[in-house]
This record gives sequence, structure tokens and C-alpha cells, in this order.
Amino acid sequence: MSEFVYLYRGGQTNRSPEAMQQTMQKWMAWFKDLGDKGHVKSVGQPLEHAGKLVRGKQKTVTDGPFAEAKDVVGGYSLIEARDLDQAVELSKGCPIFEVEGAVEVRPVMKM
Amino acid sequence: MGSSEHVGEQLGDHLFRRESGRIVATLTRIFGVQNLALAEDVVQDAFCRALEVWKFRGVPENPSAWLMVTAKHRALDVLRRERTARTFAPELGRFLESEWTLSPAVEENFAPHAIKDDQLRMMFSCCHPRLPEEAQVALMLHILCGFTVDEVAAAFVSSHAAMEKRITRAKKILAGSKKLFDIADARDFAARLPAVHRALYLLFNEGYHGASAESAVRAELCREAMRLAAPLREHPLAATPATFALSALMSLHAARLPARLDSSGELRSLGDQDRSQWDAHLVGEGQKLLDLSASGPELTEYHLEAAIAWAHAVAPRAEDTDWGLIVSLYDKLMAIRPSPVVALNRAIAIAQRNGPERGLEEIRAIANSDRLASYPFYHAALGEFELRAGRADAAREHFRAALALARSPMERTFLSHRLAACTPAVTAAL
Repeated sequence: MSEFVYLYRGGQTNRSPEAMQQTMQKWMAWFKDLGDKGHVKSVGQPLEHAGKLVRGKQKTVTDGPFAEAKDVVGGYSLIEARDLDQAVELSKGCPIFEVEGAVEVRPVMKM
Repeated sequence: MGSSEHVGEQLGDHLFRRESGRIVATLTRIFGVQNLALAEDVVQDAFCRALEVWKFRGVPENPSAWLMVTAKHRALDVLRRERTARTFAPELGRFLESEWTLSPAVEENFAPHAIKDDQLRMMFSCCHPRLPEEAQVALMLHILCGFTVDEVAAAFVSSHAAMEKRITRAKKILAGSKKLFDIADARDFAARLPAVHRALYLLFNEGYHGASAESAVRAELCREAMRLAAPLREHPLAATPATFALSALMSLHAARLPARLDSSGELRSLGDQDRSQWDAHLVGEGQKLLDLSASGPELTEYHLEAAIAWAHAVAPRAEDTDWGLIVSLYDKLMAIRPSPVVALNRAIAIAQRNGPERGLEEIRAIANSDRLASYPFYHAALGEFELRAGRADAAREHFRAALALARSPMERTFLSHRLAACTPAVTAAL
């Protein structure tokens, strides 16, 4: 098994309370399903959308966001899968696609 | 993974939607009604946060408290940032002058004893006399039940644009009313209570008789009306006989909801329903509430409608129905709140008691019957009586008229079956 990081990007949040609750329940069901099949190393964490960016020799500090709203990383998970193909396949169940978001699948480098 | 395993049990159905109403009501009290839009924004933010955090960490032990605390913190942020730019409720305004008193003031405003009556206060505020009844109902659904404009429009089978206009206008009037309704003033309270009853009644009826094709939507509207009525029964000024009667009528009608559609999803008329599917618990509740309503001299339309629903609920079979009692209740209802629809229902009860010819006479005698001309079940009743009187051709005409007015596929199927019943079945070979 290899490890992969899912980076969750974008996904519209400004919807009705009912729709948001349904989305959340789908996320939980998806994580549970992945977990039951032994693919979840760590569910991971949500990330604040705002923050600071420190850059360059001058260590210049600027305010986030660092990307357009549709590309902002809102959280990550640590996934175990056979190979990149399987990790990609598994990511397709993510409810983020229903709300115009994206999942970036990145293999963790092996020693 | 452990924390996300009990999604279903931990998150009640429609939790977000319901919490939305609760929190907006509280925030509006704190911010002032002129900042209704701000309160709605803060709540929206709290839900976005819940969605982001809960999906990773699972639902917290007390989701309602989590949402309220999150909204509170967000509110504090906004207060700090916009202290000078906005006007707030006067009682809050004086605390906002110093950072020292800001947090305790807000804490105090979110204390359980303070938020107890917020929903009631908002409900009364939504029934503002300057708002037409339909706007009051739409506003309650939107603010207190957390329905978006689209969801309210779907519930009332209205266009998005029309509903948005109605709700925007209603919010403007509410926000412009300077302060929320004062539920501590007993005289104002008593004066506004009938409008609140009426709005809840209309909300329930929209679910029960409305044009929405989706039975889930209808049941949801009925449930929301019942949920909003519950705190009325617990408030000393609101727990009147009329409140209990309204609650009884909702329970007794809601008890029949499971039998309104048969297993193939087709509409069933009252006489034709599988009564074993009626919700016995709700019938019991309704009966208890009806008992509680029977105090004091006041006899409202809710008492009479509840009593009619009760008479149906206690008949084990359709043929056991006490039509004499029901006709006399409709007579009384016509005396205190006459309407063509009540008159039609009375005529139907009379036809059940005295036969179709008498029913037809009563229907023909309805004043303002032109107001029923676009109501499919007016024509369906005429068709039913003609059919029972053995005049299939006349019946067919009426069912055709009814069919042309059907408001949903369900009504269409139901009425086309009634139309087909006018032609004696031919047993097909093979």
C-alpha cells in the first residue's frame, strides 16, 4: 500500500441550510466508507480559508487568500491505496464534486 | 474515524434548517431587527464552518450549542469590526461602547433564559399587520424554518422571482418596523395571537391541501407548522383554547397523511383510505389537545375543524362516520367563518348523510360558488354526486372539468380514474 494526500479545493458553501446538511452527511458517509475499506490513514483536518503568506529572502508577510476562491485548499486527508490509479478512483466518490470543487491527489514520496 | 460513525443518529433530520431559524431569531433580538440581513449572514457563516469542521471531526456532542456558540463568536467579530458603522438594538448599543463590556453583554444575551422566547418573538414579528397573510407565512418559512427562497417557492408552487419579491418586501417591512414584537405586553400579545394562529393554519393547510406535487414537501410543511405551534402551548399568554384547538386539528389531520397515498403513490380520498395506516399516536395526541381546548366560552373555527377531523379519526370504517355530527359542525363553522370551501365540504357531508340529490341541491345553493370554479374538487364533488345519482353522462362532464383544472400529476391520475369510473368496466377477453 502507498500513501496519498487528498487536497480538497474549492466547493461552493453558500447554499441553503438543508443542502449544506445533506452535503455534510454525504462527506461523513464517504469517509466512513473509505475507512471501512481500510483506505483512511487519517481523515485529516479542515483548514481556515484565510491566513498569511511569508515569502522571499525578505520574509515578506502578506495576507491570504493565496488563490482564487475556487482553488483554495479547505482541508486534507491521508489515504492509503494500491497505486495512484486506485487513489484517483477512490477520490471520485468525494461529495465535493457535487458543489463544483476538486480533489488534488498527490502521492506521498517514498523513501 | 470513530466520531463520524453515528452520522444519522447525531444529526437530526433538518437540524441545520431548524437551527437556522432559532439562531436568526436570537441574533435578531441582539442585533436589532433592522440588522436581520446581518443575522442571516452570521448564521450562514456558522453553517459553512460546521460543514467544514464536522465533516472531518464528526458531529459534536451538542450540535445545536456548537452552532449557537459559533454564530455568537462570529457576531462578536462583526460587532467589533462594525461597531461604529451600524446601529444596533438600543439595549446592546450602550455595551458596545467599551471592549470591557462587549463580551459579557453578548454572553448575557445568549444565555438560555434569554433565548427561550426568541422563536415566539420572531413568529409574532412575522405576523406584522402590514404584511398580507401569504407574506407572513412565506416569511415564517424563510426565517424560522430556514427554507431558502427557492424552497419556499417550491412549497407554494410559485416562481422564484415572485417569491423573492414577496420575501424581500416582507423583510423590508419587518426590518423597518424598528423593533421586534414585544411578547411581554399582554394586550398586544392577545391582539396579535389570532394572526399567528391563522398563519400557522395556512402553513399547515398549504402542506395538507396545497398544490405541491411532492408529498415529501407537503408532509414537511405540516410538520413545520406543528413544530412552530408547540412553543405556543408552553407560553402562558399563548396557551389559549384556540391554540390547543389549532394544535388538535393539525395532529388529527396529520394522522391521516400516511394514508393519503396508496402503495402505488396514488391519491386516496378520505372514504377510500386504508385507515389502519392512520397514525394512532397522533390521533391520541389530537384527542388530548382537543380536550385541552374545551375550556372557556370561546368557540373558534379551529375548535370546529378539529372536532370534524376527530369525528373522522374515530370512525373505524368510512361507513361508521357520524355524518349527522359532521353536518352540524359544518353548520356552526358556516356561522362563524363562512367560505365557499366550507360550504362545499358541508354539502359533501350532507350528501353522505342524505344522499346525492340533497348534496347537489346544497352545492347549487353555495353563495359565491364562482370562487370555486377553479378548484378541481368542486367539479369532482359534482361529478361524484351525479355518478351516485346514476347520471353517468353528467358526471363525466364534471370530472372532465375537474381534470382540466388538476394542479399536479397526482390529482390528474386520481381524477382520470374517477372519470374512467363513469364508464362501466368492460371485462376484456385476454
